[in-house]
Amino acid sequence: MRFQYIAPKTIQEAAAFLVECRQRVKIIAGGTDLLLQMQNGAVQAEFVMDIQHITQLDYIQFNENTGLRIGANTTLRALENSAPLRQAYPVISDSARNIASVAIRNVATIGGNLCNASPSADMAPALICLSAAVKVVSATQERMVPIEDFFIGPGKTSLKPGELMAEVRLPPMPENSASTYLKHTTRGSVDLAMVGVAVLVALDGLSCRDIRIGLGAVAPTPMRAKTAEAAIIGKAIDDESIKRAAALASDESRPISDARASKTYRKAMVKVLTRRALQETLNGLHAQS
Amino acid sequence: MKQLIQLNVNGILEEVEIEPWWTLSFVLRDKLGLTGLKVGCETGDCGACTVLIDGKAVRSCLLLAMKAIGKDIVTIEGLQQKDGRLHPLQESFIENFAVQCGYCTPGMILSAKAMLDENEDPTEADIKEALQGNLCRCTGYTKIITAVLDAKVKMKKSLDG
Repeated sequence: MRFQYIAPKTIQEAAAFLVECRQRVKIIAGGTDLLLQMQNGAVQAEFVMDIQHITQLDYIQFNENTGLRIGANTTLRALENSAPLRQAYPVISDSARNIASVAIRNVATIGGNLCNASPSADMAPALICLSAAVKVVSATQERMVPIEDFFIGPGKTSLKPGELMAEVRLPPMPENSASTYLKHTTRGSVDLAMVGVAVLVALDGLSCRDIRIGLGAVAPTPMRAKTAEAAIIGKAIDDESIKRAAALASDESRPISDARASKTYRKAMVKVLTRRALQETLNGLHAQS
Repeated sequence: MKQLIQLNVNGILEEVEIEPWWTLSFVLRDKLGLTGLKVGCETGDCGACTVLIDGKAVRSCLLLAMKAIGKDIVTIEGLQQKDGRLHPLQESFIENFAVQCGYCTPGMILSAKAMLDENEDPTEADIKEALQGNLCRCTGYTKIITAVLDAKVKMKKSLDG
């Protein structure tokens, strides 16, 4: 790999360079995904633009009323260890903890995980469940993109030329709700997810007021299992409805067979993990109340 | 085009001319002669290339040297005490037979050090989690974990005593 290295100090500088050089430039934050791809020849670029000198992109801000804002350059390790995050949005810390290893998480960023847009991106399923949106900025404007619309294909995001992802925003957790992320791998977290399942359940008494199911590694992008959600919402959550939702989530998933697992196995694991995640979330809610 | 940069390695400000695409592992080993760190997988999975950057364990094979400018870099060579004695972790690894071929050892020790610097009383589970990203093909890990538990006691003693 060969390239020129540039390190803008501000978002404006970065955006201007992106517009000028378009496809000739790749953005680097931590670099744990990009360097791998460049070293094995999958990715080439004339310029590598390091955005980690833009300090206003590294923060975790939580407000009880408006919710959570995470700067794109925030490391996964910071998300894992953040006390306010573990308190208010534990599923986000859990998702981060599931990625790679400590040494990778010390350097890798949430922006990188999302912009790399792997179908198995571990931050994605929980962010989908929690109705996250990303702030995309250019030299002249900013726009908010719901996380489900951010991924458009394996390794592809809806960022236009000249745009940078700057922030992830989450609304406050719904009243009386809990969320779980389960990652299925051969060994420990160092492996990529064969299947990733996140759920969010909000209860009104025994009835499910809201439910979201986010699936990773079983479609070209992280996805929502909307049919499965529709089967439970507004109804009582019990073993029956959980089983039904899990089966529907499995039906909705569109995995491929690859080196890590077969399509059949993945579909089967979506069912198992969805059931487990719902059960675990429910147990957590009962324990809370 | 090569650039002259300064890297703070083991407390010494080193000047080195680098290409922007050089990784920290390449610069440390091939340009600064610090061959304690090993390059195993080159994909960030094995942990043999682990160094400390500002006290945190980092995969030097996946870090551009450019990104290490202005940071505190510590390699295994930097663990030796000023009076020439080995660091308690190094002593414990030797005393507990936690070193066979030695390839994983520098990375293991630095990952353990980063953990102990953050948490001076880790449980076995904490140690396993901290070392999860460091692979060893020789020892079966048991003696490595024993060595870290042993080092924890040594390090506490030297803090108290």
